[in-house]
Amino acid sequence: MANCTIADVIEQYEGDLLSDWIRRQQESLAARRDLISEAELRTDSRNLLSVLRETVSRGGDLNVTHAEWAKARDMLGDLSRRRVVQGFTPSETATFVFSLKQPLFDRIVNASSNDPQAIADLMWSATLLLDSLGLYTVEFFQKSREQLITRQQQEMLELSTPVVELWNGILALPLIGTLDSNRTQVVMQNLLEAIVAKETVIAIIDITGVPTVDTLVAQHLLKTVAAARLMGAECLISGIRPQIAQTIIHLGVDLGGVTTKATLADAFQIAMRKLGLAVTKA
Amino acid sequence: MDRIPILRLGKFLLVTVQVDMHDRLALALQDDLTTEIVAHRARGVLIDISAVDVVDSFMGRMLANIAGMSRILDAETVVVGMQPSVAITLVELGLSLPGIRTALNVDRGMDLLRASQESEGPASDNRAIQ
Repeated sequence: MANCTIADVIEQYEGDLLSDWIRRQQESLAARRDLISEAELRTDSRNLLSVLRETVSRGGDLNVTHAEWAKARDMLGDLSRRRVVQGFTPSETATFVFSLKQPLFDRIVNASSNDPQAIADLMWSATLLLDSLGLYTVEFFQKSREQLITRQQQEMLELSTPVVELWNGILALPLIGTLDSNRTQVVMQNLLEAIVAKETVIAIIDITGVPTVDTLVAQHLLKTVAAARLMGAECLISGIRPQIAQTIIHLGVDLGGVTTKATLADAFQIAMRKLGLAVTKA
Repeated sequence: MDRIPILRLGKFLLVTVQVDMHDRLALALQDDLTTEIVAHRARGVLIDISAVDVVDSFMGRMLANIAGMSRILDAETVVVGMQPSVAITLVELGLSLPGIRTALNVDRGMDLLRASQESEGPASDNRAIQ
């Protein structure tokens, strides 16, 4: 068979190819059968093979970044997104595409048995095509993972900055975890918005849960205090552990303009006194 | 050219900035305010910027200047109602306005001014006698 193309091979042997491919996938995923159902595997394989056949039979080149491959790209993107959620590793996801190689090569050899040059050419283009599809899958897998991580970071950011009203006019902001620029921005925003919403006079920033304080964190804290002051609220910093006090002094950070207290209780007491309130025994 | 109104409230002046402070408006305000302080012998200036949501370094410096001028004319300045985003911007610009007193809203600002007037009560009485 002269001038045989990948499209011809797929068209001629589609059913064969599909069953061989699925069998190979089942072998390689033998230990992971709990993650994906057989039906889903079968549907995915059938869909990809038919999209592949459609696209290559329309002629055009084998560059998967081109527009005619959009459908295949969408399919693979959707697939790797699902595999991320199902808990597959990147190589397992890529194997989905790569395991098509062996069946396809076998059929290529069958289809054009007399011409070694034609076989080599065909195999080369098939390899190129499947490699780029596989790489696209891995790339997309990675991207979906990154999106997942970013989303979780976002959720953590929102979870970890509660603003608590201790008394009428007194707010507490217990900080937990390392402070970076992003988080400080959120913390600052939350605190300032709460100050407006609750008509706060005094805000206490408690850093008991902050593991380390470096110059950057200290600077962020001072910025927050300055911003709160601009809005007309006073800021106290509490929960300074002994090691942190040492680090702050060793770093030469000047916390001079800010009232600092060792514990939240002390800071609360100061805040009450500033508001002219007192706690007495009943 | 439109101007920012300056209202007299007893011994204090109330300035409510309702529009975007462009540079020329700010300069006009500076002029008007100093004139008014002298004319009414005002002891305190309340600048309400709760409607301002965009500031730049010029505006920040303007506030600091107004506060400085008022102090020379023996009037205390309180800036009230600063929006969170404005506060963040000013801090990021490095303008934490150390010479200015601040309050959350006009009410609180008024309390602040009254309190500081009372604490120097005899001085203002003297002035009344003169």
